[in-house]
Amino acid sequence: MSKAESTDGTATGVIQSVSGPVVSARDLDARMNDVVYVGDEGLMGEVIEIEGNITTIQVYEETSGVGPGEPVENTGEPLSVDLGPGMLDAIYDGVQRPLDVLEGKMESPYLDRGVDAPGIDLEAEWEFEPTVEVGDEVGRGDVIGIVEETVTIDHKVMVPPNALDDGETAAIESIEAGSFDVTEAVAELDNGVEISMHQEWPVREPRPTVEKRTPRTPLVSGQRILDGLFPIAKGGTAAIPGPFGSGKTVTQHQLAKYADADIIVYVGCGERGNEMTEVIEDFPELEDPANGNPLMARTSLIANTSNMPVAARESCIYTGITIAEYYRDMGYDVALMADSTSRWAEAMREISSRLEEMPGEEGYPAYLAARLAQFYERAGYFENINGTEGSVSAIGAVSPPGGDFSEPVTQNTLRIVKTFWALDADLAERRHFPSINWNESYSLYKDQLDPWFKEEVAEDWDSTRQWAVDVLDEETELQEIVQLVGKDALPEDQQLTLEVARYLREAYLQQNAFHPVDTYCPPEKTYLILTTIRTFNDEAFKALEAGVPVEEIIAVEAIPKINRIGVQEEYGEYIEELKSEIADGIRSLY
Amino acid sequence: MKEYQTITEISGPLVYAEVDEPIGYDEIVEIETAQGKTLRGQVLESADGVVAIQVFEGTSGIDQKASVRFLGETMKMPVTEDLLGRVLDGSGRPIDDGPEIVPEERQDIVGAAINPYSREYPEEFIETGVSAIDGMNTLVRGQKLPIFSSSGQPHSELAMQIARQASVPEEESDGGEGSEFAVIFGAMGITQEEANEFMEDFERTGALERSVVFMNLADDPAVERTVTPRMVLTTAEYLAFEKDYHVLVILTDMTNYCEALREIGAAREEVPGRRGYPGYMYTDLAQLYERAGRIEGREGSVTQIPILTMPGDDDTHPIPDLTGYITEGQIYVDPDLNSQGLQPPVNVLPSLSRLMDDGIGEGLTRGDHGDVSDQMYAAYAEGEDLRDLVNIVGREALSERDNKYLDFADAFETEFIDQGFQTSRDIEETLEIGWELLSMLPKSELNRVGEEYIEQYYHEEDAEEAVAEAAD
Repeated sequence: MSKAESTDGTATGVIQSVSGPVVSARDLDARMNDVVYVGDEGLMGEVIEIEGNITTIQVYEETSGVGPGEPVENTGEPLSVDLGPGMLDAIYDGVQRPLDVLEGKMESPYLDRGVDAPGIDLEAEWEFEPTVEVGDEVGRGDVIGIVEETVTIDHKVMVPPNALDDGETAAIESIEAGSFDVTEAVAELDNGVEISMHQEWPVREPRPTVEKRTPRTPLVSGQRILDGLFPIAKGGTAAIPGPFGSGKTVTQHQLAKYADADIIVYVGCGERGNEMTEVIEDFPELEDPANGNPLMARTSLIANTSNMPVAARESCIYTGITIAEYYRDMGYDVALMADSTSRWAEAMREISSRLEEMPGEEGYPAYLAARLAQFYERAGYFENINGTEGSVSAIGAVSPPGGDFSEPVTQNTLRIVKTFWALDADLAERRHFPSINWNESYSLYKDQLDPWFKEEVAEDWDSTRQWAVDVLDEETELQEIVQLVGKDALPEDQQLTLEVARYLREAYLQQNAFHPVDTYCPPEKTYLILTTIRTFNDEAFKALEAGVPVEEIIAVEAIPKINRIGVQEEYGEYIEELKSEIADGIRSLY
Repeated sequence: MKEYQTITEISGPLVYAEVDEPIGYDEIVEIETAQGKTLRGQVLESADGVVAIQVFEGTSGIDQKASVRFLGETMKMPVTEDLLGRVLDGSGRPIDDGPEIVPEERQDIVGAAINPYSREYPEEFIETGVSAIDGMNTLVRGQKLPIFSSSGQPHSELAMQIARQASVPEEESDGGEGSEFAVIFGAMGITQEEANEFMEDFERTGALERSVVFMNLADDPAVERTVTPRMVLTTAEYLAFEKDYHVLVILTDMTNYCEALREIGAAREEVPGRRGYPGYMYTDLAQLYERAGRIEGREGSVTQIPILTMPGDDDTHPIPDLTGYITEGQIYVDPDLNSQGLQPPVNVLPSLSRLMDDGIGEGLTRGDHGDVSDQMYAAYAEGEDLRDLVNIVGREALSERDNKYLDFADAFETEFIDQGFQTSRDIEETLEIGWELLSMLPKSELNRVGEEYIEQYYHEEDAEEAVAEAAD
């Protein structure tokens, strides 16, 4: 976070009272959402309420020991993020202070107070290469040059959206290739505006776009149940609710690792410290499946763990989505994971109750639904103001108390998002992972994404999927009967259906995130596994019609090999052989 | 230091006093009553001219003439290596008639958050000697793994067993003895009898000399309970990160801690959250639990085993629910298994260790560990399901395959889980029992185990016996 340099409207007030993260000050000349520095230590805070002479501030750091009478200084600027090269391969706290820089500045593994650092390194030099020439007309948002930010990503230097008015253009007066730090001007426009690689943008305000479009490309995740049954689009929104221990975080991590987005912004909002450490340690070593580069080269991390100040937890979601929008403006597909939006909602609740606002449902503030909607609406497939197309996909984990999906955060989220991946504690208990419940989950993107899958993977993608869904539905119904009378009391064809469904569950829906091969399953393999099970299904039912008893059919030795497809690296050949083995094995029975 | 005799209101554990100087949030306060008794408290809210003080020992005996002193600093814990072997009260004062404690440092009990960038990911396997934990829900150094129990269950015995047996085998093989843990025990609102059991066990096994005990008993002031765990964790952090100890923290009972939080919230007339607990309980609990871990470049570690009794054995109650969302897994103590006499009565199905996958496998425990654990989970879950069905249709109506799973589930409980509170099994032994059990199932059912491990560990004879038995 940058210390604002503007001096307009700066004023100093005096602390009147302190209660946890909420401080009120008097005689402070401030606007709503201005950033202020509180107390002798200069703790960062934000104005959240103004009443007469009294200004209420939420403080992003611990307030122990801060007392009335200490000064409050207004910067006169809203909470903003620094945008520019250097955001990838970085890890920030909720107000975009780089945690590695803080460690150095504080000389301690603990987070101290009153230490500030800019979100991007202001001194690092970058090799700037212009893409426009002197005399070219540029408008707001237009790309004027590129910088190689990481091995994977070329950072596009753009005219800041607030440098020119909508529709206004200006000619490039001067532009130069070379090595610059982010504060130096790399170009000058004929109206006198200097452009550097550094922009600032207020986090609570969406960056401008031309229009939102219907997303038609899937965000391929390499997770069978997601790609196969409940796909999300690039620019789509999804929620992953589930009780503790059901695998929200593993699912989010899998998406961050394998989703085919250009940029990943991972927001750890009020979650465990060790989980963020895992990401920091793992991602630099993991390979991007698209190009073999380290995963960190396309990732920006925001970590506000559960024991870090609650006000910064409220802001970390906004910090994340603003960074995502900035890369979208360059024409990239960005995926944002927020783990967990419930902690964000709770931070709002905590601050709201300290303000003694009238509570809504379960103590959450009445504006909870509006805030959630505003956040998810910033996702989408957009035409950017510079004419490129880019997307922000938002995937939010939800942690409902007691695993009860009827609580306000889950319900308000479901009203907005179009993909719902319901995690199920019961499945997790039997180590069925990912424990996504196939009866409750849904994706409203299915129809608009089918053409892509038909084109890229297989012509009968949708009908094969429907077959699997039908078998699983039938199994659910049959299981109710089995619970009462036992499996052997069912007619033979239904017993066979149960067996087919079992393979769907074990070989298709389950996927081992910790197995080096099974962890990522390309859509083609996802499809082929399904066709293998279907081969078994078709052959088995033919044999049944020919009078072969069901025990003999399912005893065919090749069949359990279906469960091993997931771990095969050379799956094509394996599947071909397996299909004919199964067919031969079953046909030999009659 | 200024003294005030300006108390305006006394309500529950809170005292409001007028002041004419700025008082810092969280500052420590001493209140002296007319009888000469000194009580300690902490500033909860500081506004112009008036402060709200939470009194740890309770407000009884305070009148409006009592004098209030503000010490100008936040609550500190005097720490030194000499604390090992000592017994302290819930506010950190010695109660064991030992010599006075000379602190090396005085540390703020509200610990600052560890920078996630400075953490080291926990992945050193701790051998607790308990199969249900080592085999199925492995604990690693720097983890926070609570025990979810309910009233009347032997959670204390399990915690004692872990404290007694826990070691890190890796260092054993390096020629060392296997490093022992320094145990820091924080009792919050437990009964004198429970406390005695812990103390006796500590003394009997000689564990006391590598332990620090903090005792806030059921009849001690409830408000004091809100500082006890912070004292405990401050001591733990000091020993771990400055004195290179591997520290095992046992906190019991977190439910009493949360009740104390609710009491203070109610006295302050805060807007209550679920079931009357304060809305900030998640943040508050996180500030305790997140103080477990390892730090890059430091030798020691803090591992936490908080114990909580779930009201009504209901894990959707806010206390276990919020805890489960913060901690790295949980171990369930199950009343049904307990009444069947299993020791320890751990129900592995809902139990979980989130850090297990990184702490096990080749070079750490054994290559097949993960697969064995997954397969046993799946098989036990299937057996459990079938038990319901057996009650309705009887065993004869089930297929041969189903019967094998039922046998597996029974054997899993009697052979694997029920080892007794005094037995310690090393990881090899635990996995060996695992393979004996898995060998009751046909090889083709072991779809979660790598083929190479089946080859190496599967007991062929057992399978034949099982087949023979089934044929009889």
